[in-house]
Amino acid sequence: LWWAHSPPTRLPRLPPAAAGSGPVGPCGRRAYAPPAERKRFYQNVSISQGEGGFEINLDHRKLKTPQAKLFTVPSEALAIAVATEWDSQKDTIKFYTMHLTTLCNTALDNPTQRNKTQLIRAAVKFLETDTVCYRVEEPPALAELQKNEWDPVVAWAEKRYNVTIGSSTSILGPNIPASTKDTFVSHLASYNMWALQGIEFVITQLKSLILSMSLIDRHITVEKAVLLSRLEEEYQIRRWGNVEWAHDYDLCELRARTAAGTLFVHLCSESSTVKHKLLQD
Amino acid sequence: MAALGAPLRTLRALLRELRHAAGRSYRDSPAYRHVVTSEKLCRAQQELHFQAATYLCLLRSVREHEALHREYHGKGERSPQEVAGLVGFRLPQQPGGKG
Repeated sequence: LWWAHSPPTRLPRLPPAAAGSGPVGPCGRRAYAPPAERKRFYQNVSISQGEGGFEINLDHRKLKTPQAKLFTVPSEALAIAVATEWDSQKDTIKFYTMHLTTLCNTALDNPTQRNKTQLIRAAVKFLETDTVCYRVEEPPALAELQKNEWDPVVAWAEKRYNVTIGSSTSILGPNIPASTKDTFVSHLASYNMWALQGIEFVITQLKSLILSMSLIDRHITVEKAVLLSRLEEEYQIRRWGNVEWAHDYDLCELRARTAAGTLFVHLCSESSTVKHKLLQD
Repeated sequence: MAALGAPLRTLRALLRELRHAAGRSYRDSPAYRHVVTSEKLCRAQQELHFQAATYLCLLRSVREHEALHREYHGKGERSPQEVAGLVGFRLPQQPGGKG
C-alpha cells in the first residue's frame, strides 16, 4: 500500500472497477491494479526533497508506489503537480483521474519490465500503423479531410527529422523505410528512461508516433493532437451527431491522458537552472 | 511553434483551474506558488507558455471528465424497486410464507 506506516487494521480492498487495467497475475486477478476509489485519509499534502529526489508527503506519511517503493521524482515541478493531484481529491480519492501519479508509478515500478531498447522499439513500431498515415478512399469528404489535416503534420515530421514517411490507402499501411525507423530510434535514444515511458504512453493514447513527436516538439497543442488523432470520430460526430456520455467522455479522457503524458515527458527531460532574483533594499 | 494565444489568458485560466481544484486555500498550495513565482527561469518563454497551456489542458480535461463520469457513469446499478418503478410497477410485499 501507499504509506510508510500502515494502520494496524488492514483496510478492505475495494473491488477493481472498470477504469484502469494492468497485467493479470497468476491467480487471474489484476496484479498491478490499485482500487479505483477510496476515502481521502490525509489532511495536508506537501513535498520534500530527499536523497533520491522529490517526495510527496500525505500528512506525516511518505507516498509509496504500488510496489511499495518510495515515491521519488527527479523534478520539483513534477512533484508539485503530483502533490496537486493528491490535494485536489475531495471525499474520495479517484485514482483514475490522477494521471501524473500513475505515470510516476509506472516509471518507478516498471511493471512491464521493459528496458530502454524495448520501449523505443515499441514506440517506433507504431509508425507502421500510424493513424495519420492510414488513409481512406471513401467517403470522399473524409478522404479530403484527412488529406487537409494530416498531410501538413506528416510533411512537418519528414522535414524536421529528414525522413521519408508518406501515407497509404492500402490495408497494409505505409511502407516505412528502414532508414526512417533508424532515425527515430536514435532520436528517441536521446531521452532518458522516465521520459521514454511518457513518450510511449502518449503514442499508445494517440495511436500515432508522428502526432506524439509533433506534440513533444511543441509543434501542436494537446487539443490539436487529440483532434487530429480522433479525426474520423469528429467527422462522424459532425455527420451523425454527438453523444455526450460517450464522445465527450472519451474526448476528455484522451485529452487528460495526453496532456499528462506530454507534461510528464517535458518535466522529466528538461534541465533548467533557477536563478534567484536578488532582493534590492 | 504551436498556436497558443496570449500568455496572460493561459495564466488566468490556469489559476482559475487551480482555485477550482484546491478550494479556499489555493493560494497556499505549492502549485499556485510555483506558477506565480518570482524566480527567474532560464528557459525560453514559449516553452514555458506551452507547458502552462498543457497543464491547463490537463486540469480542465480531468475536471470535465470527472463531471461526465459523475453524471453518466457513477450511479451504479438501479435497485429492483427502481427498475420496477421505471414501468410503473411496485414490487410485491413479503411473499406469503416460504416453502
